[in-house]
Amino acid sequence: MAAGQQWVLVEMVQAFYEAPAYHLILEGILILWIIRLLFSKTYKLQERSDLTEKEKEELIEEWQPEPLVPPVSKDHPSRNYDVVTGPPSHKIIVNGKECINFASFNFLGLLDSERVKLKALSSLKKYGVGTCGPRGFYGTFDVHLELEERLARFMGTEEAIIYSYGFATIASAIPAYSKRGDIIFVDEAACFSIQKGLQASRSFVKHFKHNDMEDLERLLKEQEIEDQKNPRKARVIRRFIVVEGLYINTADVCPLPDLVRLKYRYKVRIFLEESMSFGVLGEHGRGVTEHFGVNIDDIDLISANMENALASIGGFCCGRSFVIDHQRLSGQGYCFSASLPPMLASAAIEALNIMEEDPGIFRLLQDKCKHVHKALQGTPGLKLVGEPLAPALHLQLENSSGSRTEDLKLLRAIVDYSLDRQIALTLARYLDKEERFLPPPSIRVVVTVEQTQEEIQTAAQCIREAALNILKR
Amino acid sequence: MDITKKKRDFLRAVGFEKCHQAQEREEQKDFVPLYQDFENFYKRNLYTRVRDNWNRPICSLPGPVFDVMERVSDDYNWTFRLTGRTIENVINMGSYNYLGFAENNVDFLKTVAEETRQYGVGVCSTRQELGNLSTHEKLERLVAEFLGVESAMAFGMGFATNSMNIPALVGKGCLILSDELNHTSLILGARLSGATIRVFKHNNMQSLEKMLKDAICSGQPRTHRAWKKILIMVEGIYSMEGSLVRLPEILALKKKYKAYLYLDEAHSIGAVGPTGRGVTEYFGVDPNEVDVLMGTFTKSFGAAGGYIAGKKELVDYLRSHSHSAVYATAMSPPVVEQIIRAIKCIMGVDGTTEGQRRVRQLAENTRYLRSRLKEMGFIIYGNQDSPVVPLLLYLPGKVGAFSRAMLKRKIGVVVVGFPATPITEARARFCVSAAHTREMLDKVLQSLDELGDDIKLKFSRHRSSYRPELYDETDFELDS
Repeated sequence: MAAGQQWVLVEMVQAFYEAPAYHLILEGILILWIIRLLFSKTYKLQERSDLTEKEKEELIEEWQPEPLVPPVSKDHPSRNYDVVTGPPSHKIIVNGKECINFASFNFLGLLDSERVKLKALSSLKKYGVGTCGPRGFYGTFDVHLELEERLARFMGTEEAIIYSYGFATIASAIPAYSKRGDIIFVDEAACFSIQKGLQASRSFVKHFKHNDMEDLERLLKEQEIEDQKNPRKARVIRRFIVVEGLYINTADVCPLPDLVRLKYRYKVRIFLEESMSFGVLGEHGRGVTEHFGVNIDDIDLISANMENALASIGGFCCGRSFVIDHQRLSGQGYCFSASLPPMLASAAIEALNIMEEDPGIFRLLQDKCKHVHKALQGTPGLKLVGEPLAPALHLQLENSSGSRTEDLKLLRAIVDYSLDRQIALTLARYLDKEERFLPPPSIRVVVTVEQTQEEIQTAAQCIREAALNILKR
Repeated sequence: MDITKKKRDFLRAVGFEKCHQAQEREEQKDFVPLYQDFENFYKRNLYTRVRDNWNRPICSLPGPVFDVMERVSDDYNWTFRLTGRTIENVINMGSYNYLGFAENNVDFLKTVAEETRQYGVGVCSTRQELGNLSTHEKLERLVAEFLGVESAMAFGMGFATNSMNIPALVGKGCLILSDELNHTSLILGARLSGATIRVFKHNNMQSLEKMLKDAICSGQPRTHRAWKKILIMVEGIYSMEGSLVRLPEILALKKKYKAYLYLDEAHSIGAVGPTGRGVTEYFGVDPNEVDVLMGTFTKSFGAAGGYIAGKKELVDYLRSHSHSAVYATAMSPPVVEQIIRAIKCIMGVDGTTEGQRRVRQLAENTRYLRSRLKEMGFIIYGNQDSPVVPLLLYLPGKVGAFSRAMLKRKIGVVVVGFPATPITEARARFCVSAAHTREMLDKVLQSLDELGDDIKLKFSRHRSSYRPELYDETDFELDS
């Protein structure tokens, strides 16, 4: 009502006249302050963008970047590679000398198998070489589907998924499940691809001492206490344990039954990396789960590469469909990369056929591993690192000279000595600055089924001589 | 749409609708759930409906025509079943087969077969241990010669080439300026390196220059120390857009601000340039001016793997410090032989002009397809010389319809939607190949014409129809 409003206005004007003076002055000052704030310039942090154009140009002139790559000295140990001419099979030609191969991961000798080569050739005739696309865009071939089905059947799991590169397998699998805020417990001796997967996942990583279940339990208990403080958060944080079946850096086996026990007690999921133990351990070569008699469904994800025992290229993950199917949309190395060339997949299928037909081959490999282990014991100056059933052992210096470069030089001298006497060995290579827990320098000795007793004896003899000659000085 | 999804989720949770997805084990039901509910929201409800357009299995070589295995779903795309029949002679517009090297002609593959017979398939060792074969060294010398640079190094996987070598080149205290639309492998490599990453707008030189200026003047955030290195990461051809990088302008900026350039030529090597040497040749730039040339062998060479090329110091450093050289198995010998034969063919050193013919054929096919599509009134992105042709569909609903209809007409296309592209810019992407004949392209164009009218895909206003009788002036007068 207009009259009512006008009445209110009159009331206001009246109040204005009747108000005490100090009240009016105070209000007046406040209004002026507000007007000033509204019109003043915004307060800016003092930044270097206050610089004039001329100053900017001077800065651009003066700035000198570092060279893109630092120069590598000529005698850096990994600058010059050993050149292999011809196939890297049992008899290998290194730097022009024919040697017996004690350094390639060709555990079951399938690199040279005629059957595998023939299958690869027939696949080549049908499909050509490359797949020209990722799995999502017409890069899925019937051989890929067949290989995945065969691997799942061989391992006794529901589903398997193939990657085109061994290194990328576990490095893409871990970040697909574990995100920022999740917790991963990992062994200190985990290999580099696991470390890269952990880095890509951005989760909290807690290392426990190598194969030390008490240390792991201590960490799990600490986490439990943390959880009780904050139960709401604990309900959404996922927990994983990442271990290897057979460690490549220390050549020993992880205590899987203890891990499964810890899994159910503390509700953590297990990811098992079986690159070295697939096709090696277990009665049928199914890896460390068969070796210990653990139910394969207890392990959430098994990842392995096909480049060791299967003598092909690529990697695979297997497990229950609930777990594996997720990687088909979120595994980066799977979705954004071209699929495995069909001839390599066919070769892997044929290798798997050979493994299934002749399970005696695994018993043979394990016997040879025991022989080599026994033969290399007691080498003067070198200590043998690894379990008797590991096919890839390390020979480390018993007394280190204190400097890693010096140690590497000594070991390299032993390798050269052996190469001259037709035994092919190699130094175990690491990236010194990138590894989290750098293993000590060592020589890698690999056992394959193709090595005969005499060859093993000759090799052990040769290494003993080399150690005596070189390490005495 | 959101409401329908939520309703169905609720029904599934309550148990009215049968849940078709795999479930967690009984013993592990009280573990923390492996997947977040809302992560799977999109997947369950939107993606599953159109899931049959991806991961289509094929059973022949991925050449210009291929055989697609027939797949049906009895339960609305939750599971698939192969019927055992194949759809034969489907025209392939989806595989990255730019120069047509995906072939199984016995003559061409003679050396590859020889290599398989002699070497087998695997290598079983890393490059730094006993995996460095003489064929690898031969390949690297040939790649360096092909590109016109000092030295090169090859790796087993294109994706891994980026993700394993960028951390070796830059680290903490360095700055990476990366294009908006860079590939996942570049982003992963940049993240793993630990450097600071700043993103500039796609192909926008002003945005890049402003960032470079600000970076050098302000230094690192908070400490204001000078940056150790600045690396600009761009791609030759962007696979979702089809656009070419603006190389001369970037090189000018690079020289002025003393930054380093990393050029990822995954799609452009072999596919652009008068002799197939990539974007450096296309723009007439000396390849030695680019600091790091990276590319893959999967697309134009019909094999697998990647390479990095540049100055000798760069490649020597990578030989000792690259993650791939130390920990990853070396490339398979037959694959290496295929790359060698493909490069020799393109360079012309094998004595034939086959390589040159293919490069020219690809350029011709590209131009033909692009001009005809524009004429018909479709909206396509990308540079006129790029063999990657994205055709915009815009609406996510049309994605499924388009792909299925094209397959019925025996043409295999690739459709992309969210999350690879923004949700309102779904597109179909054609990859032109030198092996496509004029008849195949004409068939594709005809089907697109019909389908475009049916589903209403001809969004462009600049349509110059080749059927002028529809636009005859006299009709309009009669209407009134």
